[in-house]
Amino acid sequence: MLGFGRKNPGAAAVGGAVSVPASAQPQPPKNAVSTANPPLTPAAANEQLDAHLREIIEWHFSPETGCPFWLDWKAKAGWDPRQEIKTHHDLVKFDHFQDEWLRDEKNERFVPKGMGGRPFNVFETGGTTGLPKQRVGWDDYKHDYEQFGDNLSDEFFPRGSNWIMVGPTGPRRLRLAVEHLANYRGGSCYHVDLDPRWVKRLISRKQYDEVERYQAHVISQAVEIIKHRDIACIFTTPKLLASLGERISVPSQGLKGCFCGGTSMTPEYVRFLQVEVLENKAQFVPTYGNTLMGLAMSVPEELAQNNYSVTYWAPQPRAILRIVDPDKTEKTMDYGQYGRVELTTLTKEFFMPRFLERDEAIRRPPHAKFPWDGVGDVRPFGFLENKIIEGVY
Amino acid sequence: MSVPHIPILRRGIPYESLDVQTVSNVAGTAPACEVSFACADMIKHDLLHIGEARDALQKFRCEDLVRICKVAADLFLTDTLPVGSRGDLQSPEDYVRQLAMTSGLPHSLIRMNMKRLHGVLVQTDVILKGLTRGLDLSVLDKGYGDQNGSPVSFAAVTDCLGVVLPSNSPAVNALWVPSIALKIPVLLKPGREEPWTPMRLIEALKKAGAPPEAFSFYPTQHDGSGAIIRRTGRVMLFGGDDTVKEYEHDPRVEVHGTGYSKILIGEDEIENWPKYIDTIVESVSANSGRSCINVSVIVVPKYGDEIAKAVAEKLLAIEPLAQDDPNAKLSGFANPKFASMIDGAIESGLKDGAWDVSESLRQGRKRFQSRDGMNYLLPTIVRVPGWQHPLAIREFLFPFASVIESPQADMVPHLGKSLVVTAITRDLGFINQLFACPTIDRLNIGNVPTNHLKWDQPHEGNLFEFLYARRSFQIEQIA
Repeated sequence: MLGFGRKNPGAAAVGGAVSVPASAQPQPPKNAVSTANPPLTPAAANEQLDAHLREIIEWHFSPETGCPFWLDWKAKAGWDPRQEIKTHHDLVKFDHFQDEWLRDEKNERFVPKGMGGRPFNVFETGGTTGLPKQRVGWDDYKHDYEQFGDNLSDEFFPRGSNWIMVGPTGPRRLRLAVEHLANYRGGSCYHVDLDPRWVKRLISRKQYDEVERYQAHVISQAVEIIKHRDIACIFTTPKLLASLGERISVPSQGLKGCFCGGTSMTPEYVRFLQVEVLENKAQFVPTYGNTLMGLAMSVPEELAQNNYSVTYWAPQPRAILRIVDPDKTEKTMDYGQYGRVELTTLTKEFFMPRFLERDEAIRRPPHAKFPWDGVGDVRPFGFLENKIIEGVY
Repeated sequence: MSVPHIPILRRGIPYESLDVQTVSNVAGTAPACEVSFACADMIKHDLLHIGEARDALQKFRCEDLVRICKVAADLFLTDTLPVGSRGDLQSPEDYVRQLAMTSGLPHSLIRMNMKRLHGVLVQTDVILKGLTRGLDLSVLDKGYGDQNGSPVSFAAVTDCLGVVLPSNSPAVNALWVPSIALKIPVLLKPGREEPWTPMRLIEALKKAGAPPEAFSFYPTQHDGSGAIIRRTGRVMLFGGDDTVKEYEHDPRVEVHGTGYSKILIGEDEIENWPKYIDTIVESVSANSGRSCINVSVIVVPKYGDEIAKAVAEKLLAIEPLAQDDPNAKLSGFANPKFASMIDGAIESGLKDGAWDVSESLRQGRKRFQSRDGMNYLLPTIVRVPGWQHPLAIREFLFPFASVIESPQADMVPHLGKSLVVTAITRDLGFINQLFACPTIDRLNIGNVPTNHLKWDQPHEGNLFEFLYARRSFQIEQIA
């Protein structure tokens, strides 16, 4: 059952991804932040998003350019998104995208006719057991990481310098994306692989010593490359960065910038990584993203002044992050409140409306650099309810 | 109203985290303190430098550290000491009140535990003598020396002792304190509701002259506990049966789990059973039955019904009272859900011939009681038909024991893991059988309550042997 129902047809959205109350207007950053493009106002960003949305909806739901999955969906749903989806507020008319579809449906059913028969990449997500979820792609990862690359500091991520990626490679988009980022900024990329599926399996068996041995194996490889090659930039996960910091002084080995992603981080953990592992010499750039979205960015220059509470802004208009009421997901939470993270991806390669992430976060106001809603202090969904009771014995 | 902020101590240096959690009183109506939480990777990072803490202790002679412990004993019991990182002070009465707020313990039991901890500190020399079998402690200063005419050398096997503490009893802190006099720094993870006792001990020891670097203190979540367990050279771990099972074969880990302590009466003494009821009652109920040294199984060759009834009758006097009532002997549960979970477990076990002797004497009053916003379980004696009954060998966090009738010959084979066994008998054959039993950790012969500990005997493992290894050596003069 694929859930072809129409959600709240005609319902007015309560709040929206970029609804900006006067009190939540973006504040100019206290430290100057370089911007690649002239700053948009939130209103202009809204207009840009809605225009992009209409173009993407037209693309995916037109027989000339759309993919079999969404065209079949439209036929069964009984309504045409091209007629009814005009602004991002209208997206609540869609049900939530189910990521199981990315496992249960053949990949060819997600190939838009408009891609002209170009062979596609297959990128995987999850997959500790059974068939992983897969998405097709062509150039999205390049667009996403070029956009990200344009926002990196030249001081900490010098153009022309080499990178190392220490983290999940294999069938993941990240493998190609980080290498493309390095190339885009004029450098090459070294890789050390970590298989997260194996780590998850070890953890499920409580083989924690084996996890540590595997982590040490990965870090040893990274240390050898870092010591013997000219590398200034790194992509890795927070845990691997901390582990690397146990083996070497990261900035003393010439690393100036660390682009980090993969898991949620508390402000305390961010402070630990920036101040103690990177010794406040290399820049820590936290990101939030996955194969389905791309890369939500933060403003690393403002970490300290924000007490290391990280806010991420989606690569709008190509993706929208919205903080929703978990019990009534049409409703956007107020600024400053926790809610579940809802992701909508809007590219010609991939349309994914209202996917509910397994995370929760605080809805944060637009920023001068990213004039749309952000998501702050991301943590696993249900964090408080599922919190393990300490000290029962 | 501001409350103390309990910081992380990173080799003695206070650190306030951005991850701050408020610990409230048991009723959940008022904050008692704020606690800084450490992330696991911070602990791993700090452990890279823990050798500096050991270096700080190495500058002292053991003899000096013993003296510091003795001075700290009185400071802990009577002095006003710093608490937290924001200039707050804590008198002994403040400590009693604060610990009562978060743990549910009555003031009288906290004072009893304070005296016990004082006793440990003040007898550090006696304890070390027992642990080292009378070793001249200068051997640890120099690295080698002489014991009973034989050359001996001992080397520390770790740079620190990790301790993952529980919330249920402040007296367990007695187990790590001698580590300081043995020149091994400690890295403590407090129980969620009980940062007070380890912090007060640290402050007392520091004021007495111990180097601050010797004390690392990390309130943390499960992943932080995991980092301590896996990364410290030696670790003392308090936990339930699952935890015990996970680490029971790891020589680096000394696991303190459920005790399943027992009292046995031999066939030779059973006709005198009324003389031993007070010993049994104390063993079941001291410290509100929260310790692993409390009796949870009473084994007798006959008169099971009579003994169960006599013990239950005496325990009827233990009732929930106001926390500051000097007669209070029963602790509330810091985790309010825990009382109902335990109550449910007992109720579901009362079948197949088992019955609650206490409840029949309470004339219908339920085991589960509430008072002043806290949940209590009234002392419970359960009569079970045999060793195999599901309630026969259980341990709960309140005064609870089963009574089993068993022929004396069947007792030792059925004992299983037992932290303390008190055997009331003069039968040498039975006594020899008990001494030969490998699953008994501490054996009392005679009319000795299980909660009576002699400090010249190691308790739950020998800390000295855990932290030091004997090295073979010889020194030849070079011509």
